[in-house]
Order: sequence, then C-alpha cells, then structure tokens
Amino acid sequence: MSAIDIETVKKVARLSRIRVTDEEAEKLAPELNGILTWVEQLGEVDTDNVEPLPSSAEITLPQRTDLQTDGDCQDDILANAPETLEGFYVVPKVVE
Amino acid sequence: MTDLTHLTITEALNGLENKDFTSVELTQAHIDAMADAKHLNAYVTETPERALEQAQQSDKRRSEGKAGILDGIPLAIKDLFCTDGVQTTASSHILEGFVPTYESTVSGNLLRDGAVMLGKTSLDEFAMGSSNTTSYFGDVINPWKNKNRPDANLVPGGSSGGSASAVAARIAMGATGTDTGGSIRQPASFCGITGIKPTYGRCSRWGVVAFASSLDQAGPMARTIEDCALMLKSMAGHDPKDSTSAPKDVPDFTAGLTDDIKGLRIGIPKEYRMEGMSEEIDKLWEQGIAWLKDAGAEIVDISLPHTKYALPAYYIIAPAEASSNLARYDGVRYGLRVCDDGDNLIDMYEKTRAEGFGDEVKRRIMIGTYVLSAGYYDAYYVKAQKIRRLIAQDFTNAYEQCDVILTPTAPSEAFAIGENEEDPLTMYLNDVYTVSINLAGLPGLSIPAGLSKNGLPLGLQLVGKSWDEATILKVGQHIEKAANFTALPAIRTQKAA
Repeated sequence: MSAIDIETVKKVARLSRIRVTDEEAEKLAPELNGILTWVEQLGEVDTDNVEPLPSSAEITLPQRTDLQTDGDCQDDILANAPETLEGFYVVPKVVE
Repeated sequence: MTDLTHLTITEALNGLENKDFTSVELTQAHIDAMADAKHLNAYVTETPERALEQAQQSDKRRSEGKAGILDGIPLAIKDLFCTDGVQTTASSHILEGFVPTYESTVSGNLLRDGAVMLGKTSLDEFAMGSSNTTSYFGDVINPWKNKNRPDANLVPGGSSGGSASAVAARIAMGATGTDTGGSIRQPASFCGITGIKPTYGRCSRWGVVAFASSLDQAGPMARTIEDCALMLKSMAGHDPKDSTSAPKDVPDFTAGLTDDIKGLRIGIPKEYRMEGMSEEIDKLWEQGIAWLKDAGAEIVDISLPHTKYALPAYYIIAPAEASSNLARYDGVRYGLRVCDDGDNLIDMYEKTRAEGFGDEVKRRIMIGTYVLSAGYYDAYYVKAQKIRRLIAQDFTNAYEQCDVILTPTAPSEAFAIGENEEDPLTMYLNDVYTVSINLAGLPGLSIPAGLSKNGLPLGLQLVGKSWDEATILKVGQHIEKAANFTALPAIRTQKAA
C-alpha cells in the first residue's frame, strides 16, 4: 500500500481537524509509516470468507419507545461551554 | 491503632461493622497517606473535603443499620469516569476544567453502595498508552523500586496507571480502571495488585469518556481477588443508557469464591510462548501452571493461532473508533477553545485540537482517520474486523477444550520512565498478551504472582469464557493463596521501618 509522505500527512491532519506545522508533518510521516507498514502483516491472513466482526457484543441493539426521556437542563448543557450567549453556544462567524 | 491504609476492603468493612474505627478515621488515614505520597502524582484531582463529608454520611448510615456493600470504603476513581461536580479530564489538556453535571453509571453505582471518593486518578491521555507518561498532568510514578536501579523512577503501566499506583501505595483501598487493550491488567501487573477487565457489556460505559467503544470496559483494581469481586458486584449491571450494556443478572461474585478448582481445565496457549520471552516470565508462568496442577486442575495445551495478528488488528480498530469518538472535542461545547481574532470555524477546530491533544492521541486520531478514509477502508478497517472474528473464533474453539486460560499478563516488569519511547511500536508491544481478550470481549484478570530478580512484581493473567468472571475469580484466588504475595512497594516498606 501507499507510503505516507508529507503531503498525505497534511491531508490526513486536515481531515482530522488537527493543525500540524511542516516540522510536525515531517516527524509524523515516518511514525505513521512505521505503524501502517507494521499492520500490513494482516495481509498474510486469508480472510476471503470471513465476515467482519464490528463488536463482540452478542446482543441486538435494543429499541425503546420513542418518548422524551430527558430535558429541561439547558443550564447543565451549557455549563462547560467556552462561550455562550442567551442560551446558545457561540462560534466564529460561519455565514458571511 | 494499626495503619488503616494496609487493610483490605473486606477487612475494613469488618472493622467498620465491629466499630473498631469509623469511616471518617479510615478516610482521614488515606488522606494523610495521600499527602505523604504526592510525589507519585497518582491523582489529577484530590477531593478530601468531599471524601470526609461522604465518610460522615456513611458513619451515620451504618449507625442506622443502612450500610451498603461498600459503605465507608475510600476509593479512587480513574479520571475517565465523569463525576458530578468534580473535574474530569481524561488526563488531557483539551478537557482541563471540564466539570460534569452528571455521574457515570459505574461511579454512581459505587456511591450508591456507600463508597467514599478520595479523588480522580491519572491515566495516559484518553487512556491511550501503557506507561502513564502521556498524561498532560505529568508522569505517574510506580511506588515500587528496581532494587538494582534504586534511583530510577518506574512507570506504573497504563493506561490506568494512577489507579494502580494509588492502590499499591495504599493511598486508596481500591480504584476503578478501564481496559481497552490491557489498561487494567498491565498496570495491575506492574504495581503488584489485582485487576479485572470484565466481559464486554458487564459494566455500563455511560459517562465514561470514550476511547474505542467496542473495546472499552470498566473494571475494579484492588489488592485482593475478594476485594475486586466485591467492587465488581457493585459496579456491574444492566444500564438502559448504554445500548451495549448486557441485560444480565449480576452474580454474587464473592459468594462464588470457593477455592475448589479440582477438575477445572486450564488452557495453556502455545502461541503465547513468544520468541524472546524473558526467562523470568516463562518461569513464573510454569509456576502458575504447577500451582493449579497441584490443586487438581487439568492442564490442557491449546492453540490460539491468530494471536500474532491481534496487536496489528487492534491498532487499526482502536484508532479508527478513537478518531470518531474524539471528533467531539471541537472547542464549542466543553473544554479548551483556541481561537484568535479573525479565525473561522475550521481554524478554531484545528488550533483547539492541535493544542489540546498530546502526540500519542494525535497519532492515533490520524491513523484512525487514514484507515477509515476513502480507498483504505476495506484494505485496513474491514480487514482488521475480519481478523477480529478469527481471533474471537480461536477462543470459542479453545473453550471447547478448556474452562480458563492462563498466560502471563505483560512481557516485562515495570520499566523506567522514558524507556520504550524510541518509537510508538515498542510501547504497543506491552499489550501483546492482553489485547486479544478485548477484541474477543472476554473477561480477564491479572493477579500478582511473584517478584522479578529486580524485586518487582509480575502478574499472571486468567481469561474466562464470556460472562464467566466467577470462574477466573475462583482460580485467581487459588493463585493468590499459592503465591502468597505479601511484598510491599518501597514507599510502604520505608514508612513501616
């Protein structure tokens, strides 16, 4: 599979919403390459007729009646927000 | 009065019931010991006032005959469990100052049963690590010392390193841990204590900061099997707020500790005898086999053929799940926000996450993002999930021949802070014996079984069938008795002298 170069690191960092400097990207490239090269040994195993196992939980996910179970706790929800205004979260301007 | 911090939970409950001492006295003894052991950095947040208040209430309950199964017992809570009104950081800068307005189900269960909370113990950032050296709040120190290198500070293991260090140093009678790939068992082994990762779904994940949701499981860490059994009984149980929490009755784990293991079939997986395995670890394993054989158990050779693929599969699955789980840290709803004048929303996300996450967390988010991205999803993520099924199948097949599996817990004794950091893969190898058990969702525990030639604790691991914690607890108690592990960490032998 493809080796990770600096440009790929920057692309993945963008997708991850983590800003990386050029120096950080240079340091990350061999580290990520090392990990990805190591996991490629999984290719040795024949998995053609194997179903993926996403979770070991043997239960089918339960369903509940579609009723409100919680609410009236606006103050709790906003209690840890870095910036709020009149009951809303505040973020930088999104629409010009 | 004897030093109350040396009692087991079970002994302390008897003492409380017999009015030998009060919970306030027991709690104060631990608060004093915590002040003496500050240098271990086991706690991110200490809550002594709250603890004493809870202890007073406990004493009142006991005098009214209303004591719960853990009433008055001072415990530490890993700082990954949300605690109502007490800062919860996951040892990350990005959650510094986060004060939940709710209590995790597991810590709430312990409080319901009367436990006293001493504080929140440190961990590797977001539970990602095996050394407790990735916490934003500094390294945690293992209370044990290598007698041939007495000046070196050793790691407590990770990720539940603060909990393990605190329980070993007698600055908590027990603690909660979480285990995604070995994070209860490996630190338990490094610190000479007992820890259980229950079957996936036994304890609710609700209110526990998520790392890899299909693998994360909470469990107890304490100094005896009986204490762990007691804590697990309190922590476990169905919780409608976690859809993967199993609607199963919780057995009385302490009542099942009968010590009769005659005829039990103990599986020894040949693939765990790995190349380069240290002679000491091998000897300890052989000793464990001999103890169980002497007690009338039957030793069976088994094969878990996909063992060597467990770590690489884990390092696809866990980062993939982590990259989704950690997407919530966006600087909007809680925690850190880094936003300069003129920044747009994306700038804010990227700067907040760049400053808020440490190196290991960033690496895992990026690996996870990469293996889930278009063009690589099937090659990495789906492939790893297929391997996961083969690993789970290995265990199903093995359990046709045996009831319990015995292995070492970790490939080494506790190492010095700063070691094994030359590249990320070296650190990952710490979980080589534990990680398969998370992929298969099985219960596993670590029990201290002996000392290395450097005078450091070494643990043995027992792995059970799904939902059969009772049997590994029973076998674990047998090893506990046979090993008679009474050694104390340096910090406590110095105190006693």
